[in-house]
Amino acid sequence: MNTPLRKVGVAMLVMVTLLLANATYIQVVKADDYRTNSLNTRVLYDEYSRQRGNIVAADGKVLATVAPSNDKFRFTRTYSDGPLYAPVTGFYSVRYGAGGMDRAEDEILNGSDPRLFVRRLSDMITGRDPRGGNVQLTINPAVQQAAYNLMTQRGYTGSVVAMDPKTGHILAMVSTPSYDPNQLAVHDSKEQETAWTGFINDKKNPMLNRGIQETYPPGSTFKLVTAAAALEDGNGPDTPINPAPNVQLPGTQTSLENYGGAPCAGSTFKDALAHSCNVPFAEFAGKLGKDKLNATARNFGIGADDITLPMRVASSSLGPLDSQGALYQSGIGQRDVRLTPLQDCLLAATVANGGMAMRPQLVQALLAPNLSTIENFKSEELTGDAALSSSNAAILRDMMIASEGFTKGAGKKANVQIASKTGTAEHGSDPKNTAPHAWYTGFAPAMDPKIAVSVIVESGGNRGLEATGGTVAAEIGRAAINALVGGG
Amino acid sequence: MAQPVADASPSQQYITNPPRDLPTRRNTELLLLGMAAFIVTVAFVLVEANQDHELSAAIIWYGLSYLAVFGVAHLAVRRWAPYADPLILPCVALLNGMGLVMIYRIDLALSERATLNSANFSAAAPKQVLWTVIALGLFLAVLILVKDHRTLTRYGYTAGLVGIVALALPAVLPSSLSEVNGAKVWIKLGGFSIQPGEFAKILLMIFFAAFLVSKRDLFMVAGKKVIGIELPRARDLGPILIAAAGCIGVLVFEKDLGTSLLFFSVTLVMLYVATERIIWVVLGLSFFAVGAIIAFKLFTHVQQRVANWLDPIATYHDAGGGYQLAQGLFGLGTGGVGGTGLGAGRPEMVPEANTDFITAAIGEELGFIGLAAILMVYLLLAMRGMRSALAVRDTFGKLLGGGLAFTVVMQIFVVVGGVTKLIPETGITAPFLSKGGSSLLANYILVALLLRISDAARRPAARPKPQQPQAPLAEAHTVLVERPK
Repeated sequence: MNTPLRKVGVAMLVMVTLLLANATYIQVVKADDYRTNSLNTRVLYDEYSRQRGNIVAADGKVLATVAPSNDKFRFTRTYSDGPLYAPVTGFYSVRYGAGGMDRAEDEILNGSDPRLFVRRLSDMITGRDPRGGNVQLTINPAVQQAAYNLMTQRGYTGSVVAMDPKTGHILAMVSTPSYDPNQLAVHDSKEQETAWTGFINDKKNPMLNRGIQETYPPGSTFKLVTAAAALEDGNGPDTPINPAPNVQLPGTQTSLENYGGAPCAGSTFKDALAHSCNVPFAEFAGKLGKDKLNATARNFGIGADDITLPMRVASSSLGPLDSQGALYQSGIGQRDVRLTPLQDCLLAATVANGGMAMRPQLVQALLAPNLSTIENFKSEELTGDAALSSSNAAILRDMMIASEGFTKGAGKKANVQIASKTGTAEHGSDPKNTAPHAWYTGFAPAMDPKIAVSVIVESGGNRGLEATGGTVAAEIGRAAINALVGGG
Repeated sequence: MAQPVADASPSQQYITNPPRDLPTRRNTELLLLGMAAFIVTVAFVLVEANQDHELSAAIIWYGLSYLAVFGVAHLAVRRWAPYADPLILPCVALLNGMGLVMIYRIDLALSERATLNSANFSAAAPKQVLWTVIALGLFLAVLILVKDHRTLTRYGYTAGLVGIVALALPAVLPSSLSEVNGAKVWIKLGGFSIQPGEFAKILLMIFFAAFLVSKRDLFMVAGKKVIGIELPRARDLGPILIAAAGCIGVLVFEKDLGTSLLFFSVTLVMLYVATERIIWVVLGLSFFAVGAIIAFKLFTHVQQRVANWLDPIATYHDAGGGYQLAQGLFGLGTGGVGGTGLGAGRPEMVPEANTDFITAAIGEELGFIGLAAILMVYLLLAMRGMRSALAVRDTFGKLLGGGLAFTVVMQIFVVVGGVTKLIPETGITAPFLSKGGSSLLANYILVALLLRISDAARRPAARPKPQQPQAPLAEAHTVLVERPK
């Protein structure tokens, strides 16, 4: 009777081996499939029940934090002044994932970043709930608030980007109209859905971060690039220019004219920038040629596709510049020239910093849950090559101071000297009958720049076809500047 | 007993070997029990740490209960089965302890959930400790009352009758007294309920072993030869047909796939061991295949189980669909190789996590490593039982021991195979791990019987009374001569 008993013993071994083999298949081979299955809410619960880190402004003001919630997720993401900071904080939704900084720095915020590993281990041993790290931004709440308030008061659609020209720190990044990320962070699935579909179907696209995700024709603000290239090419502030009201585009029957079809109110390079005459800059671009213009533009940061904040920044570009006519039009920031407001801000910032573009930076530091520093980000030069020499930068600065003197709009302060350039950019399939984008880009104080700012108000704001950069956008740029250096 | 003749040759060695003074290995057992207590206590502390608890008084309470229960069990074995296998009790202690830890851990999660939903909640772990204590009492009773397992043969038919009645009772009782979660296998008496099928399992094995031993020769007679295979005679098919009918009855009237599968396989194995003829297994498996096909065609709940098995995700949202199985698999997948850590997973998301799906909970929190370890402990337990069956001298002991040992593995195969999608899920408890009094009581009886058989296997045969050294006659004093006992 022992023989069959032994065989039954072998059968028992086989049965347990089968179980082990199958458990290996389930827990090793197929483990990831099961773990990441959309019906498996374990991972989601884990992530959402961990105390997520804060997003704070440069001065420590908390922009995004968590509040305890009495449900399976344990915590709700909350945003102070949600719409105001939405372009920098992004959103964090159970159903729709995350966006903006909440997505870009997710690993730090949810605590899974490898640099938090040792801390996680010690949390495990001490039994403390693991927490996420914090992200400290370079945002200055006063500047952000001032720019946002004015944009929303006027009901403008557009964006304001401000940065410290010497460090590349982004001081403000406003996009209007905005949305409230708190509505996406609620745990009620129905409420989330209502808010989400509302935002998505809104024609004004409130969830678009215009500062970095959208590109626009820069209009006359681009003349800073053309001017820099012309100065580098040996021209001076007193170089005579063609004051004619218009010029025929080479190889076409089309003519390019000054604003309002008027002759230029001066006869030197300096006057041309101050009065924003189109003809001289079109001719400058034509004379410089594609390569010189491109080279200067590149050192202003245009075309750099490695700028991350760490959110991805849309790529700015000059277009193909494939004919003399295209060069003429591109020289005044039309045709296929497309810049993000961030890039436009970088134009003024580069001039302000003596010709050297600094890499835009939105995250100042990553902090552990106990606020000790994990990583501090240093400022760096964007390309390493100056877009223009510091002496030429000073010349351009003086031209911009003159331009500011001729620019209308409210918000001028006697004690704040601003160097600026406005732009009124045509766009659309019927440019003459479409309200232009109004631009304003500048920096202050002119002699010791602390802030560079760029403002775009889409489609003329409230002025329609009559809109210009000076009448619509300038006051907003000045408000942002004054918030930092104007003594409040 | 006339049987020793039949297996004279294999057991010859035990008789011809000179009587050795075998070590009882009771101290090994105590040491291993200590290790089991250590592992279980560490597991408890891990749960508490991961749940962010202070080391509460509950740990001391559970820990002490655990030590007391197995300390007493150990002493009982020392006293009443001194030659018993030293590994069986520590294996049981470890499984039971890990079961308590998991049940306690799932209690924590369920009570948290109940608090959120402001629902009532009653903890299962203290009840399980109570059941463990009662089971220990039963364990002691079996060890003390059954001094020699061969006496059980006298009660073979009684055991069979009681077993059948116990098995059939829930089927004839009204559903209000016998049905829980669709399975009609309970007897609900006032506050508590028992599953008579768990006890019937052991009673019927005793009956079957006794029956086969006395009627063994009948099954050895060959019938017609067909294509070189000797078929048994038609009239000898009686017992296996009765077993098959019983299992189908359980399936139809009690909707309990797992128990039915378990009974049938154990019957087949015992028949095979008794007759040494593989044809019984072949026949049995053919019956099983036919029965399975018929059951599949006739019963929707069988079809549902098969559909869930084939693709639990597809039937995820159906009533009675793959939700439970899928959640179990998600848990196993989330646990992966190393597990989430005790107390750090979410095993309570699987319905019945502390009974049928407790192995999924272990796989989630202790990972594949933990699940494999648990399986190895079961295998060790069953193999030690099987070893005792091989070593014991009487055929009844061999048959019963083999059957009991096989039951442990078969049960774990059905439950873990079901949870890990190897076979259709059938709803059966994991011995010693799962919450449930009946299962625990019955399995402690099973272990007591295994220990009794292993004690008989290792006890030196017909121990002669130690002789007093004889003093040379000349120097002999006058001594008081005692009458030999």
